[in-house]
Amino acid sequence: MAEPLLRLERVCKRFDGLLAVDNASFAVEAGRITALIGPNGAGKTTLFSIISGFLTPSEGHIFHGGAEITGMPPHLLARRGIVRTFQVAQPFAGLSVHENIAIGAHLSRRARADALAAAAEVASAVGLGDLLGRPAASLTVAGRKRLELARALAAGPELLLLDEVLAGLNPSEVAAMVPIIRALAERGITILMIEHVMQAVMRLAEHVFVLAQGRIIAEGAPQAVVDDAVVIEAYLGHGAAARLSAAGGAHV
Amino acid sequence: MKQASLAHIAVVVAVLAAVPLLTASNVVLNFLVVALLIALVGQGWNVLGGYGGQYSFGHAAFFGTGAYVSAILQTRYGVNAWAAFALGIAGGALVGALIGALTFRSGLKGSYFALVTLAFAEVLRILASVAPITGAGVGILITLDLRPQAFQFQSRAPFYWIILALLAVSFLIVRLIEQSRFGAWLVAVRENEEAAKAVGVNTQRVKLAAMTISAAITAAGGAFYAQYFLFVDSGIAYGPWISIEALLAPIVGGIGTTFGPLLGALVVKMLGELTKLVTGDAPGLDLVIYGGVLILIVAFAPRGIAGLIADLRLRFARARPRLRERAHG
Ligand SMILES: Nc1ncnc2c1ncn2[C@@H]1O[C@H](COP(=O)(O)OP(=O)(O)OP(=O)(O)O)[C@@H](O)[C@H]1O
Ligand SMILES: [Mg+2]
Repeated sequence: MAEPLLRLERVCKRFDGLLAVDNASFAVEAGRITALIGPNGAGKTTLFSIISGFLTPSEGHIFHGGAEITGMPPHLLARRGIVRTFQVAQPFAGLSVHENIAIGAHLSRRARADALAAAAEVASAVGLGDLLGRPAASLTVAGRKRLELARALAAGPELLLLDEVLAGLNPSEVAAMVPIIRALAERGITILMIEHVMQAVMRLAEHVFVLAQGRIIAEGAPQAVVDDAVVIEAYLGHGAAARLSAAGGAHV
Repeated sequence: MKQASLAHIAVVVAVLAAVPLLTASNVVLNFLVVALLIALVGQGWNVLGGYGGQYSFGHAAFFGTGAYVSAILQTRYGVNAWAAFALGIAGGALVGALIGALTFRSGLKGSYFALVTLAFAEVLRILASVAPITGAGVGILITLDLRPQAFQFQSRAPFYWIILALLAVSFLIVRLIEQSRFGAWLVAVRENEEAAKAVGVNTQRVKLAAMTISAAITAAGGAFYAQYFLFVDSGIAYGPWISIEALLAPIVGGIGTTFGPLLGALVVKMLGELTKLVTGDAPGLDLVIYGGVLILIVAFAPRGIAGLIADLRLRFARARPRLRERAHG
């Protein structure tokens, strides 16, 4: 079997007394959308921070296309094509939307003009085309989420780590983002997305991992995962699966 | 903020270059030499603080190194003054790179970075006040030798044109930074360091490069100072006064702008002269004035005079059509 694009091997992360990630092992196959779901505080963002080099794991190993990348700094990982977005949007607040995206585009483009041109293209691809001149600080939540996505995208990722880019959006905004994300995957970008909006996960992801209390407790196709009693209990508490199936419907 | 174009820079430099043709007053020229010197030192600070968001309280470390290296090489080793000047800049850049490597590698940010740079400058000041090579408590007098080869002149005008030329070079450096990827990365570091890392910016290296350039520019000011006043001691070279001037000029004028340090230096120096006229030369009064100006700027014009002008222009541009309507209606 070919080496997956990303592989985590028994990764742990301890914060003082708290074991935020507990022996997580999983792999992300190239060319598809994989989702990472789990209740609040499960350790999803911590895992992203580890994969993208913002945190070093307490234990375990991470491989990118077979090469070990454990402990590499974020900028080198970004240059390898592993680019993350932030759950709480982190714009370059004092810069325009255009400039923000151009910083991403500069990763592979030296000239200002090239970066700005590429940024304008990316902006229209994610629906920010009309807001190029706006200060990033003036964007709405939905705008900021798009900007996070656009900036990461402009960096030309091979593996895009999306941390809840749909959180805080209203249903029509979510509906607008779903095809944008799908289009990225169709362009060949491998996507690993943390997402609470299950409707979007069901529509986008081919494969789902479920993290609860730092551990991977389930994986599989989206439908199989949401029907999994272990997963339902992780979200809704002990005994929830039994109660739900007694009630006749088992959809999260 | 709109960036200054080459034409802007050319106009500003040309206007300033004409001043000695209009007046031979030593008072005016001396005032302007010192103001442009502070503008240059402030431009150094501006590269790191204004564009990179790393606020140093210790730019005296670079100013003083420029001054001392140049003075020591001339007086103790007989090095030509112009070569000593260039080596003074190199020495300042080296100190900048060293302090940058130490502070940025240990992840110092914000007020911690500011305090540690201040500490470095103070350590250098104390060392210079006891070490024999720096003339210890006495300082260094550069021998009078009023020949252009010795970087000394009979009149003030040549000094004025030289400091103006140095300032012009600093404008061009800043413009180059603004138009380069390095500059975009530097501003990204200022705006959000974590976000910059996420899109591949080697933030350590960007900050280190900025600090080295910043230190070189400020060291040029120090080496010029030594040549102009022909005297350096530890309090002048490494004293907190110059660290304060270095940050005050760009903050008052507008940080992260090409002309901010020049605007700020002119305004601050003018205020200093005015208070001297009104109150006589009471010691420490300049610091009181600086403190007051700083508070006013931070409170009412956080983007400095340059920002204030931009805002006023915008307001004026908006108001004009309305005025015209009123005139017609
Ligand atoms: N830097 C840190 N120091 C200490 N504890 C932390 C740190 N970062 C995260 N944690 C803790 O680790 C646990 C996992 O947090 P994480 O942010 O990874 O969860 P998450 O799955 O992303 O949750 P959410 O869905 O709410 O975003 C939480 O209990 C959190 O409080
Ligand atoms: Mg999270």
